[in-house]
Amino acid sequence: MRLGITLQQGYIILFTALVLLIGAATVYGLWAAGRQVGAARRRRIDIANSRVRIGWWMIAAFCSAWWGGLPAITVLFALCSFFLLREFLSLTPIKHTDYWVLVLAFYVTIPVQYLLVYFGQQALFTLLIPVYLTLGLPVVSALSRDTDRFLERIAKVQFGVMLCVFCVSHAPAIATLDFTRYNSSGPLMLLYYMTVIFCADLFTVLASSAFGGPALRMAPNKTLWGFLLGGGSAFLVGLALYWLTPFRLWQAALYSFLIVVAGAMGDFVIQSIKMSLGSRSYEGDLYIGRGTLERYAPLIFSAPVFYHTTLIFFKLVDFDQIIDQSRTFLGQ
Amino acid sequence: MFEFSLMMPVTWITRLIVGAYPQWIGCQPAHKQRIYFANHTSHLDTVVLWASLPRVLRGRTRPVAARDYWSHGLFRVRLAKELNVVLVDRRREAHSNPLGPLEDALRAGDSLIIFPEGTRRPQPLPSEFKSGLWRLMREFPDVELIPVYIENLHRAMPKGVLIPVPTVCSVRFGTPLAHDPADLKEDFLARARQAVIDLAELS
Repeated sequence: MRLGITLQQGYIILFTALVLLIGAATVYGLWAAGRQVGAARRRRIDIANSRVRIGWWMIAAFCSAWWGGLPAITVLFALCSFFLLREFLSLTPIKHTDYWVLVLAFYVTIPVQYLLVYFGQQALFTLLIPVYLTLGLPVVSALSRDTDRFLERIAKVQFGVMLCVFCVSHAPAIATLDFTRYNSSGPLMLLYYMTVIFCADLFTVLASSAFGGPALRMAPNKTLWGFLLGGGSAFLVGLALYWLTPFRLWQAALYSFLIVVAGAMGDFVIQSIKMSLGSRSYEGDLYIGRGTLERYAPLIFSAPVFYHTTLIFFKLVDFDQIIDQSRTFLGQ
Repeated sequence: MFEFSLMMPVTWITRLIVGAYPQWIGCQPAHKQRIYFANHTSHLDTVVLWASLPRVLRGRTRPVAARDYWSHGLFRVRLAKELNVVLVDRRREAHSNPLGPLEDALRAGDSLIIFPEGTRRPQPLPSEFKSGLWRLMREFPDVELIPVYIENLHRAMPKGVLIPVPTVCSVRFGTPLAHDPADLKEDFLARARQAVIDLAELS
């Protein structure tokens, strides 16, 4: 830690700041809910309020997870994956012959993936779903002898597992990285990442509801101004928190920029998926098991981006060795 | 003395795996005597509908189920006891009234959960209803008839499997069905079925 702040103080500062932020957002939401506005604006205000409610829950969940250490963090994200995949697959057309594919996706993939993450088996958890499961799922499906719309069914399950399990599992994977050389820790980096992505999402919906502006086609509940202002403020938050990380100031800037942009892209993609599956957005409703995907969209996309850029920046991957190997292979 | 209740873990596992989110569309949960009638697509229906009710109503709401299914196996027998299931014989014997246990429960003031299709059908929309509902409507004019649509459950547990696959399932409660003693049996049953189908078509 820098600026003479101890780890303990760092956590307390961050926690207090988040509670104040959500508290302010709650007050804004109560004020905005009482105003007379049009239907589109009303929906955005509802969404902002539902995000704020979720924000309180997230603070509670993450406080207990950090207190419980890496096992608790891993379990928390595994549960996230489970709820995301449950929602994703309940939207896609499934036939009863897909039973064993779904059993494999839910009851085998999620536990195995998160166990590999927990034990820091980097090579294995980055391969499990993209390689082994990509080959395994169609085999299981083919053995069910139902060839009707085979590719469509299997591709949807595969894509769901990639987004909901593979991508999300990169977030706890950040916490398993070894930063002792840089006088930092994995959980701290994860906290930095989570704070930036959480602020990006919250500020985007708040700014969309407060300033209005042209709505985007692929994300109808958010506006251009919302993305620009919200993303901009989250970028500043990321910059202001550079003392929490081992980054230099310019690195922190680059990182928060990447996280914010990847998060916004995640929003576009998940909203497009939901629209193409014929589902409406449940963002503004009280949570009834639907709407997890929209709410976690920024996390889904930015977690792998953050994880891999961290690997590259901190040379946690041994590039020299990879280059040497490829030279030998090319016969130089 | 503390007695271990099976229903708490069963309720929580049901919620984790299939959700069982209640949506009170046409009525609100209330301490009234009611008959909830729903579409029947999987073995989970009984527990899901029961678990989606508020806790205070569960104690006096009794699912109606077939004796031949619920009297086999330790787990099912125990579950049937804790759910306080009204067991009915599916095989009709001469000179017996299959609705007898239901009438007793209604006279005692309990609410019922019934599946008027009589059997499970893995399809989104319910098929024809059996006449029991009509007879109960005529005999108990003060009991509210609530149509219920259980969404998505045929995907969670196709026929012949043991482990349910996770899905998001909501339970929609509709507007109470009007009593009309003059209604012909077929008309009433068609009306009741249509009420469940109308709930299915909301999304």
